[in-house]
Amino acid sequence: MAQAQQDDAEKEIERYRAMISDPMSNPGFLAVDRGEVLWATKRGKKEVTLETCDLGEGPGKLEGAYAKLPRYFQDADRVMDIEQRLLWCMEKIQDLDTADVRRRRFGGPDYTSDMQDLVAFIANKSSGMKYQLQESHPKEKEMLAAGEALFFRRAGVMDFSCATCHGDDGKRIRLQALPNFSKAGKDAQDTMGGWPTYRVSQSQLRTMQHRLWDCYRQMRMPAPEYASDGITALTAYMVKMAAGGEITVPSIKR
Amino acid sequence: MKTLFIASSLAASLIVLSGAAHAQQAAPTKVDPAVVDKYVQSMWAKAPDPWKTVPVQDETQRICTETRNNPSQADFTKIMEREKASVVFPADGKVIGDWKAGERVANTGTGGQFTDGPNTPRGGNCYACHQMAPKELSYGTLGPSLQNYGKDRKFDPAEARNAYAKIYNAQGVFPCSQMPRFGLHKFLSEQQMKDAVAYLFDPESPVNK
Ligand code: HEC
Ligand code: HEC
Repeated sequence: MAQAQQDDAEKEIERYRAMISDPMSNPGFLAVDRGEVLWATKRGKKEVTLETCDLGEGPGKLEGAYAKLPRYFQDADRVMDIEQRLLWCMEKIQDLDTADVRRRRFGGPDYTSDMQDLVAFIANKSSGMKYQLQESHPKEKEMLAAGEALFFRRAGVMDFSCATCHGDDGKRIRLQALPNFSKAGKDAQDTMGGWPTYRVSQSQLRTMQHRLWDCYRQMRMPAPEYASDGITALTAYMVKMAAGGEITVPSIKR
Repeated sequence: MKTLFIASSLAASLIVLSGAAHAQQAAPTKVDPAVVDKYVQSMWAKAPDPWKTVPVQDETQRICTETRNNPSQADFTKIMEREKASVVFPADGKVIGDWKAGERVANTGTGGQFTDGPNTPRGGNCYACHQMAPKELSYGTLGPSLQNYGKDRKFDPAEARNAYAKIYNAQGVFPCSQMPRFGLHKFLSEQQMKDAVAYLFDPESPVNK
């Protein structure tokens, strides 16, 4: 009896998931459109657009750039994820004071987020492509090793690590299925291939920065610094687990 | 004698459990702890008080991290002894509170998050990980089912006391357990832990129905 109800509950969740992945009704594409406008908007003290920003594939080249992030950038001598790189371009190319952009890093009911919109636009230019892990530069290697260590690092009043909830196959928290990121393969591919995503429950296009902020919140850890190297390291580690996975973004999720 | 037996059978199940997990995972990449710390700092060096110290690991967290929850026999014993010694039982010796309040402890998943206020209700969120009352279908599977927990143990007061110790500090029973140490971290109050035990051990509790 309880088992039958359980199966029904799971079927219901599947039905809901199928419904919200209909691309024709995905408001995430509004963020893509806003991002496209922002990319070509003159801003900052230099009154220029972002169109010469090099996301790794050459200035202004967007196709496939997201699929190779995070990666090492010679000009900054750092490994960066998409959000760190965009902030860098705003500051270096546009000479934009990014305080306001950072304040609106996560969009809310009354305001949009430039970062969410730009990430949606740029990531969408890698839709249909596969994640290509960058791990040749020593700083990329360090980033990946640190990301793995952070993934398994237990701390805080709950004693949790990411692996507590994402370390085994087929686990659930309440009724929510938990993808396993402790090994390379399908879970990581399916998950990472769907970020950034439009979150129906939040009515926002969300990026990986937001997702990890939210997981650290559940872990009762302090709010992690936006666009910090720790978040980039975790993202790099999960891209490694997702290597070869196809990107289809923006996706739409609960 | 009895604790010894429990300890060794748990040790055996620990090896079985983590052995299964490790079979799929790649071997850990070696990395200098100072490098990892730099990344930890990048996320939290600017965290306000009293949050600032939260990311700092205690000895148990450090060993469980380093060994991926698979401590050496020596560390296993050391952790168990240290964590068990932290358990403070209620002064009056009564570990069974009110099962209805315990049901709230088991269901409440809020409190202590950086978006919560100081008055946000706190709970143990046991249902996140455990099946408990059969009527509650929304349960997680990170921990074992606790259905009929008290009934299966014949409502034995000694077992209730063990459950209190488990909730207070899960690692005093099972080193590197994934279950939070609710009492050690003062995340739950003594009353809340007693109520959670009642939820498991009161014959009237839906867990035992
Ligand atoms: C206490 C449990 C818990 C911990 C610990 C945790 N997460 Fe999560 N995580 C969740 C839940 C719940 C979801 C949402 C799943 C869903 O929406 O179905 C989630 C979702 C995610 C997702 C998106 C999954 C998807 O389907 O798109 C990623 C990526 C992720 N977590 C990474 C992490 C990382 C990295 C850490 C550590 C910094 C972490 N999580 C720690 C519970 C946790
Ligand atoms: C994040 C997951 C998690 C949460 C939250 C959690 N537990 Fe657990 N619990 C576990 C795991 C995993 C085990 C099995 C390993 C062990 O014994 O430590 C366990 C074991 C137990 C056991 C021992 C079961 C046995 O075999 O005898 C009891 C009792 C228990 N939990 C009660 C609780 C109660 C009560 C709460 C809430 C106040 C709670 N747990 C919250 C994960 C969790």
